Amino acid sequence: MKTKIKAIALALALALGFGVLGAAAGAADVKSLRPTEANQPDAPPAIFKVVEGAKHDRAYRQQPPMVPHSIDKYETDIKVNQCLRCHEWPFSDQEKAPKISDMHYIDRNGIRQDTVNGNRYFCKQCHVPQVDAKPLVDNKFQPATLNTNLR
Amino acid sequence: MSNDNSAGEKGLLSGWWGALCKPSSRWSLGGLLASGIVLGVVLWGGFNWALEATNTETFCLSCHEMEQNVYREFRGTIHDSNRSGVRATCPDCHVPRPWVYKMIRKIQASNEIWHKILGSIDTREKFEAKRIELATHVWTAMKATDSRECRNCHDFGAFDLTRQTSRARNRHAEAEQQGKTCIDCHKGVAHQLPAGAFKAERELNKSMEGETKP
Repeated sequence: MKTKIKAIALALALALGFGVLGAAAGAADVKSLRPTEANQPDAPPAIFKVVEGAKHDRAYRQQPPMVPHSIDKYETDIKVNQCLRCHEWPFSDQEKAPKISDMHYIDRNGIRQDTVNGNRYFCKQCHVPQVDAKPLVDNKFQPATLNTNLR
Repeated sequence: MSNDNSAGEKGLLSGWWGALCKPSSRWSLGGLLASGIVLGVVLWGGFNWALEATNTETFCLSCHEMEQNVYREFRGTIHDSNRSGVRATCPDCHVPRPWVYKMIRKIQASNEIWHKILGSIDTREKFEAKRIELATHVWTAMKATDSRECRNCHDFGAFDLTRQTSRARNRHAEAEQQGKTCIDCHKGVAHQLPAGAFKAERELNKSMEGETKP
């Protein structure tokens, strides 16, 4: 009886030992799409600066204009929207900032209002600043402005 | 009875006053001088120590009103963490440095202790309801002093405009010409803005027109 238990324990220990070895060998075989090993934590993302003062061209007709300045300090919540402090009329005239398009004042019933409609309140959903990061993978996208077939 | 009492108090008071006016017949002049100097150093030192001890971020944050509202909003802003690690803490912006104005602000702060006892802003809801009033106080003071506390560190004359972004460069040059003060544009740099901030700003500018720098 005792020898039987001993034998089972030995078999278990061997099995576990091989299992661990096998797992270690397996991790080395797995190829990760990321630059780090599959069983290692990801490398921290690179830090890019927001492009300030550049004029970002639109890539297609309906594209929301992109923001040529950093916006991380501007508060947008139920109390205030600091984007509106410069871009809503009449501030846009005083601050010489681009004026919000009139489309943003039309409510869901198609009626023009005097304040920016709630559907459009969160500017950063569509209007974003750009950083000088290169695309991670090749991309054949061409802006509509380069597509001469259209005109 | 009351006559007796007042007479007794008067007697005691005039007795003390008389003792203070008379030259000492018991203590030596040197002893009096030495004890006076020691007492003076201890009292003046203690006064300054108390002044400095109540002029630290730790002291401000010992009240939950400050720690749970304004301090948490302040965390992560440019005055809290930045590339060079130079921080501006509560008193750097909210307590004047010149002695006279510092004293005036310290005496005003006794009102804040009163409201701490009353519990005027002891919940987030009460604080949010009062935020517009509190913020307007700070904006008004900053406008009246030409943003004195900002300028302790940010000297317009020391601006290197070439190192600023084009947007900041243009606006700063413009602001200097128009005689604007820091707080006119930089509201809510370290704390969240109150609801209705832009309306309050317009009203404040209107009511204080011509009061700031010529």
